Amino acid sequence: MQITSPSFKKNARGALSNVQLQKALGNVRLGFIDKRIKAVDALPEFDALRDSARDIKDHALAHLDLYLEAYEEKVTAAGGKVHWAETAEDARKAILGICRAAGARTVTKGKSMITEEIGLNDFFEENGIRPVETDLGEYIIQLRGEHPSHIIAPAVHLNKEQVEEDFRRVHTHLPEGRDLTEPETLLAEARRVLRAEYFAADVGITGANFLVAESGTSVIVTNEGNGDLTQTLPKVHIVVASIEKIVPTLDDVGQILRVLARSATGQDMSVYTTFSTGPRRPDDPDGPEEYHVILLDNGRSSMLGSEFQDMLRCIRCGACMNHCPVYHAVGGHAYGWVYPGPMGAVLTPSLIGVDKSGHLPNASTFCGRCEAVCPMRIPLPRMMRHWREREFSRRLNPATQRYGLRAWAWFARHPRLYQLATSFAIPGLSLLAGRRGRFGYLPFAGGWTRHRDLPAPESRTFMQQWRDRETLKQGGSA
Amino acid sequence: MSESDHQPPRVGLFVTCLVDLFRPSVGFASVKLLEDAGCRVEVPMAQTCCGQPAYNSGDRTDAIAIARNTIETFEDYDYIVAPSGSCAGMLKKHYPALFKDGDWQDRAEAFSAKVHELMSFLVDVMGMEKVAARHEGTVTYHDSCSGLRELKVRDQPRRLLATVSGLKLKEMRDSDVCCGFGGTFCVKYPDISNKIVTEKAANIDASGAETLLAGDLGCLMNMAGKLQREGSSVRVRHVAEILAGLDDKPSIGGGKS
Repeated sequence: MQITSPSFKKNARGALSNVQLQKALGNVRLGFIDKRIKAVDALPEFDALRDSARDIKDHALAHLDLYLEAYEEKVTAAGGKVHWAETAEDARKAILGICRAAGARTVTKGKSMITEEIGLNDFFEENGIRPVETDLGEYIIQLRGEHPSHIIAPAVHLNKEQVEEDFRRVHTHLPEGRDLTEPETLLAEARRVLRAEYFAADVGITGANFLVAESGTSVIVTNEGNGDLTQTLPKVHIVVASIEKIVPTLDDVGQILRVLARSATGQDMSVYTTFSTGPRRPDDPDGPEEYHVILLDNGRSSMLGSEFQDMLRCIRCGACMNHCPVYHAVGGHAYGWVYPGPMGAVLTPSLIGVDKSGHLPNASTFCGRCEAVCPMRIPLPRMMRHWREREFSRRLNPATQRYGLRAWAWFARHPRLYQLATSFAIPGLSLLAGRRGRFGYLPFAGGWTRHRDLPAPESRTFMQQWRDRETLKQGGSA
Repeated sequence: MSESDHQPPRVGLFVTCLVDLFRPSVGFASVKLLEDAGCRVEVPMAQTCCGQPAYNSGDRTDAIAIARNTIETFEDYDYIVAPSGSCAGMLKKHYPALFKDGDWQDRAEAFSAKVHELMSFLVDVMGMEKVAARHEGTVTYHDSCSGLRELKVRDQPRRLLATVSGLKLKEMRDSDVCCGFGGTFCVKYPDISNKIVTEKAANIDASGAETLLAGDLGCLMNMAGKLQREGSSVRVRHVAEILAGLDDKPSIGGGKS
């Protein structure tokens, strides 16, 4: 997909003036925040589970090579095959090879952000293979030629009237008079259309929420069951997952699952949690004949041992974006690539370079709400700050900002000169404001006064007044 | 050790640059509250800004230089108190992270242990339970992000406000959601900041309160500026001004007396 992160500001302006989008973004707040609070409040050990989940992932990351090798061994023993992919291109090639060998013309997909990351759908179409998204949200945006705007609710930027319109436009073989006004009827319609696709597909592709080292198992959670059908009906199942999805044991999965859905949608558990280990065995009633895992690095191993390693704990619950005031304001597409919100602000620069995505870690108020709700206790603001430091040291941010900042910092390091300068400037500014006590416009404060008044300084600085008071006190007592 | 135990604690007031420049009355209110709580308050003249603009903009070198100046200026006090969750958070949580190891790391840690946000210091450290102030009217309280999430300042100001005679607290919706100030964020991304503060202003207005209070001047100036641009009649003050009984002054951006 095309990267538009460099034009984040323009994207954001577009999003802010899009009335429909602004209305739809209200659903993020209503749909996720209150439900999460309720689910968390009902589980007294939630915070202890977060610590445990964090520790599990930290341990796995500290021994990532060992666990990945153990995982491969188990997958192989179960009759599957692991393909190691260093880059997105490697992954696409491996997937295409498997599909070609299977003579695939139609591929069904469970929702997977990693296949968005490697641009798989476009690649399939370029190579004569028809990808069909089976997650309702993904299906809708595929019809629209869009990309997800949220990592767990891909079509959260749309409202149901838009979906109805798309369904009527595309599902021309269905009768006209059907009811498509409610989420339930829309879901039923998508189901009806997708059912045929599951059976027609030659290959099914899913992501993975977890890869389990001890058993070679891949785990996905969904609410629609589409993941199960995607991976059991076609004769080939391909799991596409990035290397940091590994956890040591099934028990670890059990623990992390307890914080995942609660953080994401406020559910105790997702409706479906599906474990798959290898292809179908002789006595299995169903399942694929071939089982492949594409293990993608795509820049992640370079995060290990860096100040961004903690980001690899992320379990893609979306809680950070659900609680981010900036995400609420501009939605996910403004971020310009696959991963939006606070997690994207940290991950995206790691994957596509901070030179292309420098706005993302900057466009945060550092309010800390993302970190407060992150089930994996990822210090998101701290890592955004690290990106800002890298940008600053590489002089990637605008010169005016750099010089303004450095001038301020110089004064801040020289208290006498600072106070001399402010003791002239502040009373002057106060006088300029007059009796109204605020500015509607100031030439050097355009970013501020475009949208709000600037309260004027009261009078003289505190330091000036305090010095006078102390002098007076000493004079009085002498 | 007997005599020094009865000495009032010696508090260095970190005034914060915005208070120093824009709203000195918050500094004087802080001094009054600290003195009422039984502290000896001093204001070292060698202070400027906590360095947060540099730190949050990725300019670590300048942030470290400023932090050294602040630590040197304040490290001899029993406590260092700032009328701002954001600045106190910088001094307490982020200064130690600036120094990797060695002497400065130790000094930053020792310094950090003595830093408090004003409301938290008055209630949690000095055990202040009530104030003598009076304020007729309804107020609403915005929980500034750094104070709330970095320093757990939430109940302390509300407990003290409950003892102001005549004052009634009306909570607004989403009082813990960012106001969109974010330091340099509001000038780097003015349109997004505007969207966030517009919602905040709507929540403030909808609360029906006459006065908006918070503990951080940055947030207060942002919200005051928006409310005034929209023609709202809500007045805006730092919580310390009300608690210290200094509400005879014009509100923030509210004109001169």
